Amino acid sequence: MSRTLLSGNEAIARGAYEAGLHFAAAYPGTPSTEILENISKYKEIKCEWAVNEKTSLEIAAGVSFAGGRALVAMKHVGLNVAADPLFSLSYIGATGGLVIVSADDPGLHSSQNEQDNRHYGRSAKMPVLEPSDSQEAKDFVGIALDISEQFDTPVLLRITTRIAHSKTIVELKERKEVPIKGYEKDIKKRIILPAHAKPRHYIVEKRLIDLAHFAETFPYNRIEWGSKKVGFIASGISYQYVKEVFPDASVLKISMSYPLPFGLIEQFANEVEEVYVVEENDPFIEEQIKAHGIRVKGKEIVPIVDELDPTRLSVSFDIDVPYLAPEDKPELPPRPPALCPGCPHTGVFYTLSKHKYVVTGDIGCYTLGALPPLNAMDTCVCMGASVGNAFGLEIALGDEIRKKTVAVIGDSTFFHSGITPLLDLVYNKGKTTVVVLDNRITAMTGHQENPGTGKTLMGEETKTILPEDIARACGVEHVYVVDPYNLEELEEVIPREVERDAPSVIISRRPCILLKKAERRKPLAVDAEKCIGCKLCLKLGCPAISMKDDKAVINELFCTGCTLCAQVCPKDAIPVEGGE
Amino acid sequence: MDVKSILLCGVGGQGILLASDILAGVCMEAGYDVKKSEVHGMSQRGGSVISGVRFGDKVYSPLIGKGGADILLAFEKLEAVRNIEYLKPDGFVVVNNFRIDPMPVASGTAEYPKGLIEKLKSWVENVVVIDGLSLAKTAGNPRSMNIVLLGALAKRMDIPKEVWLSVIEKRVPPKTVEINKKAFELGYAS
Repeated sequence: MSRTLLSGNEAIARGAYEAGLHFAAAYPGTPSTEILENISKYKEIKCEWAVNEKTSLEIAAGVSFAGGRALVAMKHVGLNVAADPLFSLSYIGATGGLVIVSADDPGLHSSQNEQDNRHYGRSAKMPVLEPSDSQEAKDFVGIALDISEQFDTPVLLRITTRIAHSKTIVELKERKEVPIKGYEKDIKKRIILPAHAKPRHYIVEKRLIDLAHFAETFPYNRIEWGSKKVGFIASGISYQYVKEVFPDASVLKISMSYPLPFGLIEQFANEVEEVYVVEENDPFIEEQIKAHGIRVKGKEIVPIVDELDPTRLSVSFDIDVPYLAPEDKPELPPRPPALCPGCPHTGVFYTLSKHKYVVTGDIGCYTLGALPPLNAMDTCVCMGASVGNAFGLEIALGDEIRKKTVAVIGDSTFFHSGITPLLDLVYNKGKTTVVVLDNRITAMTGHQENPGTGKTLMGEETKTILPEDIARACGVEHVYVVDPYNLEELEEVIPREVERDAPSVIISRRPCILLKKAERRKPLAVDAEKCIGCKLCLKLGCPAISMKDDKAVINELFCTGCTLCAQVCPKDAIPVEGGE
Repeated sequence: MDVKSILLCGVGGQGILLASDILAGVCMEAGYDVKKSEVHGMSQRGGSVISGVRFGDKVYSPLIGKGGADILLAFEKLEAVRNIEYLKPDGFVVVNNFRIDPMPVASGTAEYPKGLIEKLKSWVENVVVIDGLSLAKTAGNPRSMNIVLLGALAKRMDIPKEVWLSVIEKRVPPKTVEINKKAFELGYAS
């Protein structure tokens, strides 16, 4: 048996392989992205980048209907998108094992909220497993598939950023092949008409009781006896922090946080003087235990906002952790993330900023267009929201706002959930302008293929689907493709379309500069004789440009020769070989 | 052995995550339990990056909180100062005497603070200053700066040099093995 260091995401992929998984799908999203990327390395498993999370779950459900083992992985907010099939599938159950991995993000390292998706498990009435390191992340995939098949239920495998992205030692096993059972028609189970669904609900409630019995003897719910003065109940990464900070205390480790093993919890609470529940974010376990009538403390002490670490946990229990806090520490300039040098989004945001447009934004690298010096975004709600948000502004205030409003959305986000609001906009007679920032890849999460790239996850050639064709099919008559490296063209097309009394879609097309296929040109340099230090070029927010002795300078290591700075320079102080 | 915690910090693009992967691999090869934490995502694009490695007989938390690090290995001096709260009061610092201007400094809206190394020395008894860039250039490639710093760290840890070299050999791109081994040796000797 070989041992190796794996991240939680790599371990989940390995667990899927070992457990004989047949199919996996995902839409990329930090901190879950590497799960599918790693699964795709095992050629025994069919897998795909789905267009969105809802679609991924529906396809996985089909695999399960056929008796195959399926897994979907998504970031926490992705499960909001997939919530519709999730609730139905709880009633329908699982023929082949069906596992939904939700990667939550306490601390909001790269997310818009700190939602705690264990609530989904309880709300949809399906079991929730919480691994506390990579070994468990791997093992729990197989356990979840077994539970799924044994109890005829989908299973939620809930991890957090610190599980997903921490590496710990894992023992590897071989793959165990599991045959696909085959399809059998069962409409009372799989067509959830009211007449079918009501009897299913009785079955679901009975299933929860059976699962609660199972939880009592599930070996990963376990008591580790220590001092009986204080006891801790913890799951996931919080278990590790408790063991770190309170090595002598008794600990009840919960690995299945729904349904809970109340017998085991009562036994634990009876034997220790005081019981604390330690959880990141919501008091999910704590509230269930309190509702059961067992006296515990939790959020009275443990912070509800932000992720925990051993020091934060110590401090919440009044344990002092000395650290260096020098009084003469200088104020340090931050390192805010920025659009890359040569980023194709820069020209669009520069143009939008220049016109002081109201910009409804979306989720992706381009959300960075909101930061100074571009300051070219007003809203960012969730995947696909930009289009509907802009239409709503138009509905409320009419042309007064519509003639200075633009919705911006990335190519992958457009495919994910920008198409339906565009259809709505046209159908309901809106006139809003939408800019699709098409950089030919899903960039933010590290370059995943999507329907616009002509390649599948496995690198196979496939049909390329272009946003302009979709826009026309949605009934948009004014569709234009522009080059974001050409400021003159942007300046001509964007204000013209914003003024137009009809909906228009502008596709700003250029590959992400970090892609191999992106065009990198010779780095530019500033002619210091001509530069007057006006700082207009700094308004692009390009990380390659800085000021030195009141003159602009270009870092030749960073510059990709996109020429935007040369185009904005009023003194032609940045020469371009062969013209701009 | 009691658990030791090493915090690596610097700027996206400096090879910090590869360095912490190598460090974690070295600890495992040396027979310790080991856990490593890092955060992907927004930090990649020129932002501050931190990664923690903890090793010993039995490690629970992968994450290092404030006051939790025995060693701060800083790839950039401003980042050393930024993350000083993570150091235990009796911990020590290995800092690369290297400057990368944050965006607000480059665009002239903020200044890069002066005298950072002196400040570190006034706060921490044991500060090792490494000229990573010139050593990396001597080794043959400025990008091997991360391995130079690992060499400097290795000198101050109790794991045999051969273990480090064997893990480096496995983890760096094949074409760069010789340069990186040299970079390690130069860091080790400094």
